Amino acid sequence: MRRALFLLPVAIFAVLALLFVKGLTMNPRDIPSVLIDRPVPEMNLAPLPGRGEASGLATADLRGRVSLVNIYGSWCIACVQEHPYLMEYKKAGIVPIHGIDWRDDPALGAAWLKKHGDPYDRVGVDPAPGRAAVDFGVTGAPESFIVDKAGVIRYKHIGPISPEVWNKTLLPIIRELQK
Amino acid sequence: MSPALFSPHSEPRSVSKGRPAFGIPVLAMLLALASPALAVNPDEMMKDPAQEHRARELGKDLRCLVCQNQSIDDSDADLAKDLRVIVRERIGAGDTDDMVRKFVVDRYGDYVLLKPPFKGTTLVLWLGPFALFVGALAVVFGFYRRRRTATIQPPPPPLSADERRRLDALLKESGK
Repeated sequence: MRRALFLLPVAIFAVLALLFVKGLTMNPRDIPSVLIDRPVPEMNLAPLPGRGEASGLATADLRGRVSLVNIYGSWCIACVQEHPYLMEYKKAGIVPIHGIDWRDDPALGAAWLKKHGDPYDRVGVDPAPGRAAVDFGVTGAPESFIVDKAGVIRYKHIGPISPEVWNKTLLPIIRELQK
Repeated sequence: MSPALFSPHSEPRSVSKGRPAFGIPVLAMLLALASPALAVNPDEMMKDPAQEHRARELGKDLRCLVCQNQSIDDSDADLAKDLRVIVRERIGAGDTDDMVRKFVVDRYGDYVLLKPPFKGTTLVLWLGPFALFVGALAVVFGFYRRRRTATIQPPPPPLSADERRRLDALLKESGK
């Protein structure tokens, strides 16, 4: 009994160490979204210049098909990183990808797509104070939402999409929802 | 020698010789006068001071989701600015404080509140420290009680005849 008492600090240390290790490997940016399983917020965003009159993004555009909504901006550095993959996935034609040009000058947003390629079906402009982005609970760019056929948000990915994220997480969800 | 505290030529020993280091009280006074640099820009403010005050109070409790440990009232991040603007819009539209808070929580979850609400999923968070404290008290009480029972022991049995004889012999030997 006495001896067991001496082991107590060691046990406490072990528990704390485990907690800290767990804490270190967690990403504090991964904030669980409250919008999962809720319908896409009401929005009617203007199109980017040069992309055609009817190419803006409205709530109704996200019904009928499974789609991916991607938050980007010409100022967003990590967006450059994920962009080639979005181009690739557009070419594969698995799911329509829509963009929201967040907190951006529409001219810059359009120029950015000219430079890096345009993977989007529709792009809506969401100028500051980014009402649509706030309605989506966006905390930073890039962020991507999987929307099901009924226009309900089913998944949110924070940060750039990598092939690993796409193949292991997003694609299986999209495939499942497309059934 | 003049008390030139900030001169590079002043000897550091002059302070320890008993001359009051008045630079420190002065510094403390200046620090007390300094106010934290608020991120709220004048152009964001509402015309009605009462409404602006409400917006400030609300903003202090809302987490900036970019910097995470600052309130939107303190943060210079763009998203914090957007939320400040939107909070003011809601207030301008006639929302109560609770309605504004609900508006933000509906979009960002309880995480956005710097003071987490008291509910099922946060019970451990709120009650955990008290439970630990009570636990610690119990351990301390247990420790002291055991110590006391350890010290109050039954008196030792009287010496046997043999022991008394040996004790007498020893005492005699030491010359007493």
